[in-house]
Amino acid sequence: MRSTLPRAVHPAAWWGWAIGMAVAVSTTTNPVLLLLALCVVALVVAARRGTSPWARAFRLYLWLGLAIVVARVVLHVLVGLKFGEIVVLRLPEVTLPSWAAGIQVGGTVYLEGLLAAALAGLRLAVMIACIGAANALANPKRLLRALPGALHEIGSAVVVSVSVAPQLAESVQRVLRARQLRGDTTRGLRAVPTVALPVLEDTLERSLLLAAAMDSRGYGRTDHVPGGHRLVTGAVTLGGLLASAVGIYGVLDATTPAAMGTPTLLAGLALSGLGLWLGGRHVPRTTYRPDPWRGAEWLTVGCGVVAAATLVTVSRTTPELLVMPLTPLAVPPLPMAPVVGLLVGALPAYLTPAPPRPAARAAHRGARDRVVVRG
Amino acid sequence: MADHAVSLERVSVTLPGADGPVLREVDLTVEEGELALVVGRTGSGKSTLLGAMCARVPHFTGGVLTGHVLLHGRDTRDHRPRDLADVVGVVGQDPAAGFVTDTVEEELAYGMEQLGLPGTTMRKRVEETLDLLGIAELRDAPLRDLSGGQQQRVAIGSVLTAHPRVLLLDEPTSALDPTGAEEVLATITRLVHDLAVTVVVAEHRVERVLHYADRVVHVARDGSVRSGTPAGLMVESDITSPVVELGRYAGWSPLPLSVRDARRAARDLRADLVGTLERSSPADRPAAGQRRRRGHVAPQGRLLSARGVVVRHPGDVVAVAGVDLDLFPSEVTAVMGRNGSGKSSLLWALQGSGTLSGGTVQVVPPATRASTPGTAGSGGAGGTASDTVEPRVLAAGERRALVGLVPQSAADLLYLDTVGAECHQADSESGRLPGTCADLLGEMAPGIVADQHPRDLSEGQKLALVLAVQLTADPPVLLLDEPTRGLDPTAKAALSRLLRGLAARGRSIVVSTHDVEFVAQCSDRVVVLAAGEVVADGPTADVITSSPAFAPQVSKVTGPGPWLTVADVRAALEGVPA
Repeated sequence: MRSTLPRAVHPAAWWGWAIGMAVAVSTTTNPVLLLLALCVVALVVAARRGTSPWARAFRLYLWLGLAIVVARVVLHVLVGLKFGEIVVLRLPEVTLPSWAAGIQVGGTVYLEGLLAAALAGLRLAVMIACIGAANALANPKRLLRALPGALHEIGSAVVVSVSVAPQLAESVQRVLRARQLRGDTTRGLRAVPTVALPVLEDTLERSLLLAAAMDSRGYGRTDHVPGGHRLVTGAVTLGGLLASAVGIYGVLDATTPAAMGTPTLLAGLALSGLGLWLGGRHVPRTTYRPDPWRGAEWLTVGCGVVAAATLVTVSRTTPELLVMPLTPLAVPPLPMAPVVGLLVGALPAYLTPAPPRPAARAAHRGARDRVVVRG
Repeated sequence: MADHAVSLERVSVTLPGADGPVLREVDLTVEEGELALVVGRTGSGKSTLLGAMCARVPHFTGGVLTGHVLLHGRDTRDHRPRDLADVVGVVGQDPAAGFVTDTVEEELAYGMEQLGLPGTTMRKRVEETLDLLGIAELRDAPLRDLSGGQQQRVAIGSVLTAHPRVLLLDEPTSALDPTGAEEVLATITRLVHDLAVTVVVAEHRVERVLHYADRVVHVARDGSVRSGTPAGLMVESDITSPVVELGRYAGWSPLPLSVRDARRAARDLRADLVGTLERSSPADRPAAGQRRRRGHVAPQGRLLSARGVVVRHPGDVVAVAGVDLDLFPSEVTAVMGRNGSGKSSLLWALQGSGTLSGGTVQVVPPATRASTPGTAGSGGAGGTASDTVEPRVLAAGERRALVGLVPQSAADLLYLDTVGAECHQADSESGRLPGTCADLLGEMAPGIVADQHPRDLSEGQKLALVLAVQLTADPPVLLLDEPTRGLDPTAKAALSRLLRGLAARGRSIVVSTHDVEFVAQCSDRVVVLAAGEVVADGPTADVITSSPAFAPQVSKVTGPGPWLTVADVRAALEGVPA
């Protein structure tokens, strides 16, 4: 019974799933598969997002995706290299010097080129929708809470700076409103000093108050760490980072000896992890009701991995199934394996526990003017 | 030595950039389980004293602290605020400013997480604290959606979960309506009595806390600190409650601290007061009721007339639900009501800069009144409809010449770097002669130097500056949104005199406030809002004495009768008009 009770799925699991979906999408330009992936992502978001403000942000990512498709098409018409046979639009072409051969300003637009541009845009848009889904499903603050102990101070700092943004917007609105009372309705650049000064003052004051409050509540408490221990932790972390850097270089550059590649990278990562663990041992911090990692989390990540693995495998073996046939133009194929792989990605919408729904307690009547205290 | 909860030994504090010490040679002990009330004028160092007790001074603020501050034996010299988190809990004036997380439950747990308590202990303490503060039903609520009183209780709860032995509260009720303040004070007294937590609370509204206090600590302007029993110290304190003032006037000893004590001591005083009522005929009765009725007995034409005002905010929130309001010259109107009852929205709608979703607001422009002095007769609508203007349709600059508004955070209006520049700007934006604003300011708050930065002014001086800026446009109607917040009693009395003076010159003043005592001092008429509707509108004495929640202390002691303030009582007994 416990597995079906409403609870928030671990945010890291949602990110794993979303990255898997994004990897799957990145292998294809087949419009049928792209739209299927978009539907899968939207379905999971609709079924499993919570009630927090960022959960409502998914729509913004969709709009962003649409803007990307439009921008890609417009750019193709204006400066893209046109190709194909079916003419859509005849535009005059600007003759460019030979060194600008990669750019074609204007010129006749063909359906094939236009479709290729739109599908490339769509692929990027769907990948962005995957990231948007992760943002809508995973509470970023809870994700930061899952950071290792040695990094928790950075996590808190990020949380605080994130929460400053809405406050800043609120202050700007309040000051703009207040300025009207002085008969000052200038807009644009000239209004900046008159708005910026009170807003900055307000923000600074609030930040100081928050910092003082956090300090008094024990933020940043550490046990006494012996000097030798600190030195070891520092050396291990630094060594790990160095080895990781060398390892990445080795992996990317084919001319380096094999030992400098993957083995060094793995050793570096292991050392870094050890450094974090050593550093975290002296942070006495604990986590209140940490998000558990149970079957639902494995399932969520697993679905993402299956989707990614299926499409990557298909793209290695039969890549023609995943691309839109453009020369000659034809109806896109509907391959079985990728469709099933993407549909597996939709399983978390049904198999994970539902998110908890807080009871509505907003007042229907009464002003919402928030208490603002100064001085 | 270690038995004292808080002990200060010869502590002097000099803040960075200050000429002299804020606190001077302070010796003070607070015993375990005491409720100590810290009083003093604004800027006298109350906050610095609390800061020194939790090591924020000097670890966080900088400056020089000499002497020793010990909390249950721990010296703040070697302990930073974070190292004292398990001994002392601090709650500030604005609870929302100290919130780190976004739901109640996480906020309660935050402090314990930092202390590294085991998970099972945290679960248990969160549940206990939710019950102790009576906020269990708010467990998952987002902190931003809570009312002011609830936020303040969550803030107290969030430091309590760490089981501190000392709780420091800096003006915990100053932003709250009377009900919210009662909730918080009930919580504080419960902590003192049931858990023997030591509580040190700084508060301007002495009348709210005085009768709960075991000890009063008075911080003087020169930085010296005296502490003693409430009754002993209040005999000559410059910050008092109306009950104490009445006790001092009547010469009662021991000095009463609560309404109950005063009421028992006041039998003779009440008899004398009733005697003055019987002696004087209703016509020449010098009692306060007379002054307060004037606006209604002879309304001399409306300055502003609002009909069916509706204000909707996004999210289908109805802030003001059909309010009719007329404002008359030479009248101070107080708008009261709990937090979120629509006071601010109403004032902004009346001024014309805020949202107005329905209804009309008509204002009689000054020019009309000047040219046709006779037409604005009693009962008339202030001239014909063609004479009035709707401030909403005017440009912002013309609007403020009709209706001035001082918003809740008055400093939002100030953006230049000297007082003189602000005054100059006010003159030019209102098209007045240079020096108008500076003269007004000099009249209201003498002694402000023109090259001072507005930020360095005290709350009272800042308010005076904003008032001067708004009065430069010479609006016949002036609205003030919660001007008394953060003002000490002396500054409040000064504001009250100032507003009465402005009203005497024919202006109509509207003040929204939670402060009953200020209303009793200052206003002729009270409008009470609840859920966006007017639930009471009438002369001050009638409205505020009719419900115990709104009645001022003096009226609770002397009632039933028209005396609202010590000045009223004095006027009645000595035959001097108030």
